[in-house]
Amino acid sequence: MSEQLHYALFTGCTAKQSTPELLSSTLAVADKLGIKITILEEASCCGASHLQDFDEFLAHVLNARNICYAEKLGLTMITICNTCQLNSSLTKQALDKDPALKARVNEKLGEVGLEYKGTSQIKHFLYTIIDDYGLDKVKDKVTMPLSHLNIAPFYGCHNIRPAELHEKNNNRENPYNPNSLDRLISALEGHPVHYESKNKCCGFHVELQANHTSEVLAGNALLDAIDNNADIMVTPCPLCHLKMDTYQGSISKVMGREVELPVLHMPQMVALALGCTEKEIGLKFHVQKAKHLYTSA
Amino acid sequence: MSEVQVLEQTNTRTVTIKAWRFNAETDYLPYTKGYTMEVGKDELILDLMNRIKWEHDGSFSYRRSCRHGICGACAIKVNGKAVLACKQNAIELLDMFDDDITLEPSSKKRAIKDMIIDKTDFWEKHSAVKPYVVSEVETHPQAESKQSIAEFNNFLDSDLCIQCGACHYSCPALEVNDAFLGPAALNSAYRFTVDTRDEAGDERLAITAQGGSGVWDCVKCFECAEACPKDINPIEKIGKLHNLQFVRGVAESNVATRHAEGFLRGIKKTGYLDEADIVTYSEGYLGMYKHLGTAVRMLKAGKIHWHSGVPFINSIPKIKNLDEVQKLIEISQTNKL
Repeated sequence: MSEQLHYALFTGCTAKQSTPELLSSTLAVADKLGIKITILEEASCCGASHLQDFDEFLAHVLNARNICYAEKLGLTMITICNTCQLNSSLTKQALDKDPALKARVNEKLGEVGLEYKGTSQIKHFLYTIIDDYGLDKVKDKVTMPLSHLNIAPFYGCHNIRPAELHEKNNNRENPYNPNSLDRLISALEGHPVHYESKNKCCGFHVELQANHTSEVLAGNALLDAIDNNADIMVTPCPLCHLKMDTYQGSISKVMGREVELPVLHMPQMVALALGCTEKEIGLKFHVQKAKHLYTSA
Repeated sequence: MSEVQVLEQTNTRTVTIKAWRFNAETDYLPYTKGYTMEVGKDELILDLMNRIKWEHDGSFSYRRSCRHGICGACAIKVNGKAVLACKQNAIELLDMFDDDITLEPSSKKRAIKDMIIDKTDFWEKHSAVKPYVVSEVETHPQAESKQSIAEFNNFLDSDLCIQCGACHYSCPALEVNDAFLGPAALNSAYRFTVDTRDEAGDERLAITAQGGSGVWDCVKCFECAEACPKDINPIEKIGKLHNLQFVRGVAESNVATRHAEGFLRGIKKTGYLDEADIVTYSEGYLGMYKHLGTAVRMLKAGKIHWHSGVPFINSIPKIKNLDEVQKLIEISQTNKL
């Protein structure tokens, strides 16, 4: 019997607010797979790349503080949001590469009794499941195969670009031809949809200030998936999820076509296949309804 | 079989290279054509293009000049990935895409003939940011304009841009918003704005802060960082331009700047971003009407809920040790709006 996998979970803000289903399905999947999770209840917002636009140094200090708590536990920090993954990794990279910056950040952290050392890895839950746990073992746990579903994988920018930042923690995923989600879908016996937009941008980050850009980018991706016969879309990023799920009504108007496609979080898809409960999967929290998925297996 | 023969066999492979073909003057629609050839381990994409032209079809058209990764003429895309044809090893790409590759122009909608595109928009945007040092220099200066190594290093990597357009034509924001300046022009804007000899920094910051065309329209996809053949990381420079607006105190209060600064409001209160507050604060109460439909949909789906159990009170939990975050903000914040 190999040692039990144990991780420190950085939930991010959305899992604590508008996408509670992301947190519940993550914990349910970890439980089914026997992965031990310790939630970093001390962790604050990663800045989502917007706080970074305002004050990069402050964003580094806050992200370093989050990582400190994973380091204290001696655990790898896992994320369930691509943008948390990006910003935590950017801070880690900047501090590990630049001793002067690390010293400046640690001077601040020292004021609250913390020190960033650089000892914890940062990894998205998607790659934890695939690379640490293993797809063969996931396959063995499938009780509700997804063989009735064409599933469009939507990777989300911040897990795959910049490739050089992520390569140690995403098994060198090729940003131009990613395949991890595809392989996960296949392991759950679903049919991965091949479509050009799978590694494109959803437009979430300019939702407020450049709404048209945002809607068209999301619309292009959703329609590409629909035109390639997707029954559902799945993404490892709750921000992609929010953009693609919540705004289908307004996207339809901008695109001049009906856009209707359930968008699942990656852990929800795994939870469906592993036979987790309706409450854990939490499809009721979606704007584009997907509740029919519970019964059609 | 000799050792040399074995080596040669393993190091070359027969593949069909596809090329996107189109002549804007004569063709109604583009088409794709395959060219079968032996590809050696040291061959570049440019070598394959030369062989298509020299051995298969003399009408195949593309730009090339220096062959040393410095003129920027031969930038194309292969399976959607921007490459400098004279720098990109062919076998590496064949491995990446399972021997199935298609040569494409950097931007299909701007194609004139095959790989050759009309880069007018690129050069217009480039010149819009004043990509040169603006400085009042005496006709007969008595001394050089000295710069320290640190000051020089501040913009060194952004100065390596060869204007190939790889990032510009990989930018999805630009694809759907013609006004957006794009990563190459914004990189140039950064390069000259932080040059200690330059005096047009504030002007450039104003140009690049414009809603609709400037830095706030960047979608943060990192396609440009991935596309740049000179490893410039244009989005990092876009980030620095964002910061410079606040550092130099020229940021205007608008939906985009409030959105960036407003993150702190929630973080100070609970440690988390306040999803509802950030929209209200960024848009202003009058701008909120645009989001009422979304708010209602989210409310119906149970996406907006209250941890206190009482509507509109304590919608967000608090992190543990919130006082640490509050203290760190107090002592680490360097910019303000």
